[in-house]
Amino acid sequence: MGKVVVVTSGKGGVGKTTSSAALGAALAQNGEKVVVVDFDVGLRNLDLVMGAERRVVYDLVNVIQGEAKLSQALIRDKRLETLYLLPASQTRDKDNLTPEGVEKVIAALQSAFDWVICDSPAGIERGATLAMRHADIAIVVTNPEVSSVRDSDRIIGLLDSKTLKAENGERMEKHLLLTRYDPVRAERGDMLKVDDVLEILSIPLMGIIPESADVLRASNVGSPVTLADNRCAPALAYFDAARRLKGEALPITIPGEKRSFLGKIFGRKAA
Amino acid sequence: MNDVLTESRPIRLKGRSFLALALTPELPLEDWLTRLDHLASRSAGFFLRRPVVLDVDGLDIDRSQLRELVDQLGKRNVRIMGIEGARQSLLGADLPPAMTDGRPAADYEAKMAEQAEKTEAPEAEAAAETVITAEPLATKATPSIVVTQPVRSGQSLFFPEGDVTIIGSVASGAEVVAGGSIHIYGALRGRAMAGTTGNASARIFCRKLEAELIAIDGFYKTADDMEQNLRGKAVQIWLDGEELKAGTLG
Repeated sequence: MGKVVVVTSGKGGVGKTTSSAALGAALAQNGEKVVVVDFDVGLRNLDLVMGAERRVVYDLVNVIQGEAKLSQALIRDKRLETLYLLPASQTRDKDNLTPEGVEKVIAALQSAFDWVICDSPAGIERGATLAMRHADIAIVVTNPEVSSVRDSDRIIGLLDSKTLKAENGERMEKHLLLTRYDPVRAERGDMLKVDDVLEILSIPLMGIIPESADVLRASNVGSPVTLADNRCAPALAYFDAARRLKGEALPITIPGEKRSFLGKIFGRKAA
Repeated sequence: MNDVLTESRPIRLKGRSFLALALTPELPLEDWLTRLDHLASRSAGFFLRRPVVLDVDGLDIDRSQLRELVDQLGKRNVRIMGIEGARQSLLGADLPPAMTDGRPAADYEAKMAEQAEKTEAPEAEAAAETVITAEPLATKATPSIVVTQPVRSGQSLFFPEGDVTIIGSVASGAEVVAGGSIHIYGALRGRAMAGTTGNASARIFCRKLEAELIAIDGFYKTADDMEQNLRGKAVQIWLDGEELKAGTLG
């Protein structure tokens, strides 16, 4: 049985879709069999970010409504053999997602893949609650700014009350993924510091993705950033986050603190 | 003979307490009814299906006036289940029964009810989540609850029976409402309302004060009204007469 992961945030534009694609690709690059599911019915984007927009025939809503088989709707990535996409419908709306239909699709995917990554829409309505409903693990994507942090807090509350795990009295495993982190602006105090965000949300940190033009560039050419340039800083951060998702305990480096780390060494030498 | 009592099992009578809305009419009744209509027009269905008790204590009216008032309320779909504070001579078989020993509970805010009804309508699913149900302790004396996880944004923690202790923070956009005191072993960033059932001696304690709103027994302060030098500090808040006071702890 594969693990079901929901990538969620409450607020829009913080990097859910980018992170879903990058983490999915990173896991697949390590040989895991992965499917990324777009739950943003009506405003789909994942197909673009993964460069599969011209290959979409059937979608999640078609499968749920019995108009297509799951195997017909799944799109295999051209670069990675073990990476698949289940696109959302662009023409329907979220009312077409039914709890029973979603449950069936997730169960089928779970038996065929190691990882089922659900890219949640923004908000706290039907699409978002259905995306998180069957999750084993939640990745909460947050930007270091107050409105994003508060929305993430709201989502964590929902993860602890509205999911199947919560209703069965189990604890949902939750990870914080801090995205669009700009060390220069954090230093100046224009952004919340990592410690402040962790103090407010009090869930474990799985990675810090630096703000970078590489991410935008990768999206525009339709490639997860971990595939577009696997040596750039955000790609390396996503690779580490994917390893932590698999349960590895890696130390986390805060971008921009390398200098102060060297400073510490020199400081010690001088003392 | 059918009505011979051969049944050995007696009919069970049990006491039970319910929360009712208490309406306190004022003279002249016409003006009061106009104001009531105004309230009802702002929040439609506010009184619908809610048990309402009429509190006529100290109201100088006679039997026919009371009769008329109950009829008038009936026309407005406000059904009176009982009358509190009425002289024996006022009541009769054609009026709701007398009620005594009412204990005060939190004030109903018509505005809040209005909001609640609005949000409930289309997205009932999303709106009806995350009210942490507080199980009162079985033991008598002063009931209290301990919450061992943070209260997240959008969550409401209601415990009109007594004290609330939270081991963790109360997030911005979260609220804690307690009949007694509120103890927060973490940061208070949302709203905390203590002593809401009329307990003026209730207090609020927190490790880090960054609250949006604090209230004790209905007297409240928003973030802007609070003394700025207390922000971020460990603080206790109490009520002195009609004024909220705050001081640092430790």
